[in-house]
Amino acid sequence: MSTVTTTSTDDRVVTRSWLAQVMGRPEVGALIGAIALAALFSAAAPAFRNITNIGTILYGSSTIGIMAVAVALLMIGGEFDLSAGVAVTTSGLAAAHTAWYFGLNVWVGVFIALLISLAIGAFNGWLLYKTGMPSFLVTLGTFFILQGVNLAVTRIVTGGVSSNSLNDMDGFNSAKAVFASTFDVGSVRINITVIYWVILTIIGSLLLLRTRYGNWIFAAGGDAPAARAVGVPVVATKIALFMGVGFCAWLLGMHLLFNFNNLQSGQGVGNEFIYIIAAVIGGCMLTGGFGSVVGASIGALIFGMTRLGISYAGWNVDWFFTFLGAMLILATLVNLYVKRKADAR
Amino acid sequence: MTAVSEHPSRTVEHPLLEFDNVGKSYGNVQALRGVNLTVRQGEVTCVLGDNGAGKSTLIKIMAGLHDYTEGEMKLNGIERRFGSPRLAQAAGIATVYQDLALAPLMSVWRNFFLANEIRTGPLRMLDIEAMKSICGEELRKMGIEIPDLERPVGRLSGGQRQVIAIARAIYFGAKVVILDEPTAALGVKQSGVVLKYIVKARDAGLGVIFITHNPHHAFLVGNHFIILKLGRVVLDAHRSELTLDQLTAEMAGGQELAELSHELGGIDAGKVVAPHEVRHGGVGAPELDDSADGSADGSADGQPKGTA
Repeated sequence: MSTVTTTSTDDRVVTRSWLAQVMGRPEVGALIGAIALAALFSAAAPAFRNITNIGTILYGSSTIGIMAVAVALLMIGGEFDLSAGVAVTTSGLAAAHTAWYFGLNVWVGVFIALLISLAIGAFNGWLLYKTGMPSFLVTLGTFFILQGVNLAVTRIVTGGVSSNSLNDMDGFNSAKAVFASTFDVGSVRINITVIYWVILTIIGSLLLLRTRYGNWIFAAGGDAPAARAVGVPVVATKIALFMGVGFCAWLLGMHLLFNFNNLQSGQGVGNEFIYIIAAVIGGCMLTGGFGSVVGASIGALIFGMTRLGISYAGWNVDWFFTFLGAMLILATLVNLYVKRKADAR
Repeated sequence: MTAVSEHPSRTVEHPLLEFDNVGKSYGNVQALRGVNLTVRQGEVTCVLGDNGAGKSTLIKIMAGLHDYTEGEMKLNGIERRFGSPRLAQAAGIATVYQDLALAPLMSVWRNFFLANEIRTGPLRMLDIEAMKSICGEELRKMGIEIPDLERPVGRLSGGQRQVIAIARAIYFGAKVVILDEPTAALGVKQSGVVLKYIVKARDAGLGVIFITHNPHHAFLVGNHFIILKLGRVVLDAHRSELTLDQLTAEMAGGQELAELSHELGGIDAGKVVAPHEVRHGGVGAPELDDSADGSADGSADGQPKGTA
């Protein structure tokens, strides 16, 4: 069908209703899911309704949300990062080991960890570009490399499987204040990670929807050859997205390090899928080119609510992952359904 | 037919874009060999050729997607090699590809301004209102009205998408606009719109390179015609030196068409056969006549071959 009316208006196209436009947004499915879950747990678990627990739920959500924002941007840009989970641990361990081993101010370790995290992201992006392999394979490789490095280097430096305690070292208290402090709003205790999460969500969303880089991210994920042909620097965009994941992994790694004072070297394995699932629940397409940062953050909130809601409701926590899996499938179906409905209008 | 008024060839010091003996090989395949061509401002240069003639390679060199391996490409008399499409665009070359056009899930206005975004304010945020109004205006000029510019282009018809890609290239094309088979997927009416735009772009003083395998479309708007065959230029002629029939015959490869008509000479085209059920493999291979010597009558009319 290639006949297109050349008159001033095309009477076959009816303007879409306001509702259809709202329903067409990627994060709508996740928002509906979040409201439904909040209602479910509020009804089933009295503790969930307790206002002081809001801080706990938000904290749990923020530790996923910080990563989900970067992972969602990467997925919209058309790539995966399976190394995101262990990269968090790598970053924390890098800071802990360098500061402890060389007896430096912990801020030096924090800075070195930032460089290492950004370098891991850049390496992922560069390898993807050089080899042309799918990011699934490239980052799966990085995932195993980092997992081994985490264990081996920790064993070499400390002789054990966890990093040494840093709490008597210079700069520990100021670093803890920056990465792992809490403050009270009324009776709700808010962890600083929640603030970071909200800021990252706002910045990520503005970046995606209101800057040219966002346009490039959508285009790089939607149709990379077409984007390159009109002059989008696709490779640079993708490398920057991987480095964004590295930056967020660093932020979360620093939080975990200064919150718990030390890190287990085997930590973080499996979390990469949780970040990806949060992004998918939030409306990101696995094939790239479509999605939302706000949606990914709502996806993270759904995780936080579910994890605590199950235990507040007194259900067997063993079922958590089963519940998650079912929710992922449900969310994907809802997203598809909503999208089709919106398209059809 | 007479949509083109005769422009006297402008005597600029250097032609806008000039190919001097340009060649391109992919490994041991020579896709282009010794190509000479000139693109002048205010002219439509038509590049014709069959599938695999090297048309796509030629555009990709101009657009910065590929580098060339032999010869020289000169822009305003200076030798240039574009390392990326972004550099080619910066040099004033905009390209509309037949196969690489728009990101399907992105909205119409985002696609229109992709890599040429208008930004405003201290934070260099996108000026969405301005972009939407320009995009809507440019598309209206091309005769399509899209009520919702937020609509993903993947949901538009093929013709509408092609028009958006062309409108974009003409809007941003500073000096040279390359159109890769813009009319191949379009109906008659929309092809007409595209051809009118080619003329408008020429009248605006751009150099237009119109890649096509349809000599009828080419002859409607072209000032200069180049036919590629197997990576070589086999015809390089001005409009005044050609007729449509000659162009069609050259394009269809007069010789080859004659051979084809000789080969098919034995069949009875008007015959109707009673319907039969055919088992798998029940249709035998035709007898191929490799000894076609081209001495046939050549009476068939010059129909261009299939789409690229």
